Amino acid sequence: MRADLEIIQEWIKPGSRLLDLGCGRGELLSYLTENRGIQGYGLEINADDITACIKAGINVIQQDLNQGLTNFTDNSFDVVLMTQALQTVRRPDMVLDEMLRVGKESIITFPNFGHWRARGYLAFRGKMPVSKFLPYTWYNTPNIHFCTFKDFEALCWQKNIHILERTVVDSQHRDRWSTRLWPNMLGEIAIYRVTK
Amino acid sequence: MPKTIPEDSVGLVEPQTLHFAKPLPLVCGRTLPSYDLIIETYGELNESASNGILICHALSGHHHVAGYHSMDDRKPGWWDSAVGPGKPIDTDRFFVVALNNLGGCHGSTGPNSTNPETGELYGPDFPMVTAKDWVVSQARLADRLGIQCWAAVIGGSLGGMQAMQWAIDFPDRLKHSLVIAAAPKLSAQNIAFNEVARQAISKDPGFHQGRYREQETIPKRGLMLARMVGHITYLSDDSMADKFGRDLRKGKFSYDFDADFEVESYLRYQGETFSETFDANTYLLMTKALDYYDPAADYDDDLVAALSQATCQFLVVSFTTDWRFSPQRSREIVDALIAAGKSVNYAEIEAAQGHDAFLIPIPRYMEIFNAYMDRVSSSVEKSEEVTNAS
Repeated sequence: MRADLEIIQEWIKPGSRLLDLGCGRGELLSYLTENRGIQGYGLEINADDITACIKAGINVIQQDLNQGLTNFTDNSFDVVLMTQALQTVRRPDMVLDEMLRVGKESIITFPNFGHWRARGYLAFRGKMPVSKFLPYTWYNTPNIHFCTFKDFEALCWQKNIHILERTVVDSQHRDRWSTRLWPNMLGEIAIYRVTK
Repeated sequence: MPKTIPEDSVGLVEPQTLHFAKPLPLVCGRTLPSYDLIIETYGELNESASNGILICHALSGHHHVAGYHSMDDRKPGWWDSAVGPGKPIDTDRFFVVALNNLGGCHGSTGPNSTNPETGELYGPDFPMVTAKDWVVSQARLADRLGIQCWAAVIGGSLGGMQAMQWAIDFPDRLKHSLVIAAAPKLSAQNIAFNEVARQAISKDPGFHQGRYREQETIPKRGLMLARMVGHITYLSDDSMADKFGRDLRKGKFSYDFDADFEVESYLRYQGETFSETFDANTYLLMTKALDYYDPAADYDDDLVAALSQATCQFLVVSFTTDWRFSPQRSREIVDALIAAGKSVNYAEIEAAQGHDAFLIPIPRYMEIFNAYMDRVSSSVEKSEEVTNAS
């Protein structure tokens, strides 16, 4: 089981109404439906992922996050989730605003560009980092807005967004003492729970 | 004409006509004293009667959805691409029911039927029927066939609107509603096109206030024009450019008012064929049923409240170049279903063919359709298990 699913699950109240932005093949929603009895909808634009969700019995809606969430009313969801997609949207700050308008709280996970390997890659090779975890080169990457944990938290502070919880894990979604000690250097993925 | 019947075809099929003696009160205030429905069925109804699929037709559709009536048929039924063994609406798994709606001109009671109260043709006196009335008549058809609950009600365009009406009016009588290339109600532009069509028909000198049969004529030009306008709205700018461009029939301008461009002769041909096979009074009725369609009206114009009645799951599909019922219109349905907390899936299919795309087996469309019908099939299996256990 993916460790991030387990971590997120603990933050979800049974029976919650969820919106998952960039839901992929619906693993998270399937997992939460099974374990938390949630009522969830996933937004996705990838055709194969949409078909996979339909097969999996997930409520999937074809919608481009870059067009905003204007079709959803304020506070119409208990939780709006976005896993590993913040860095792919055109305006992460606006998506964040929209998530917190539509949902009472939000759960966001994203890769940390401040991880020591990324820092080392850029510092010593002088090239944009390419790794097994982030395998794209700069010109074809869907990840167009990289940030570090510190960057994200600065944005939250600026927008007056409260960070309720933060868990930092490695690329296998394992929670280690080292990542807790020095998250922005040693953590690869952060899982944040935030509210307005 | 098919030399041999393709393997994924339902093959040679035969329609049947069912008589309903119980009067049907209609939304317009009038009552149909009795009526016939012509239907076709494909596949086998299972023991628990849980694998029934109802297909609702659009403006000019009918009961002949799939297969052939004879080896001389030039074309199969109108949705043969989606209905048959191994196709999305898989006749090896489902018992498929299709009918011609009331007011139609393909065998169900309509303007060309005899009014039992007067002994004369209904003609223009056939009562105005709405999607709500059709759904009631379809529910009675389900009763007759022994189907308490459809596995799914499926339709495109006006057919999709009936699938939605089913979910609102008979929530416990369907498990899934597939609403394809539809809208929650018509826009002013949609109504405007319908009005042009109606004017073309009713102002034709051959219309005779709808009593053209008695005069042994038909409002041919009017019907032709109506169909030509309608047909343009079913295609997209892109698909017309692809199909015809500015191609000339004779390679050069004729400098007269004959059809110079291929698109002109195509539309004339389409209009002509249609005018020979479709009834003018039915066309008027069907376009009115479209105009009147507005399930939210019964719920203070609140679509969310209307769809809150539903208990089934939904698949909503739209097509990018459909400007008759654009993806935006499908989104209205989807957003209302989400707000109402209903189970819904939505896909917007990249397609060049405009509104007509819903009849075309576009690979991604078929993929989505297949994936969703697998879900329908597994809910059939579940209800079979329940029946077997009880």
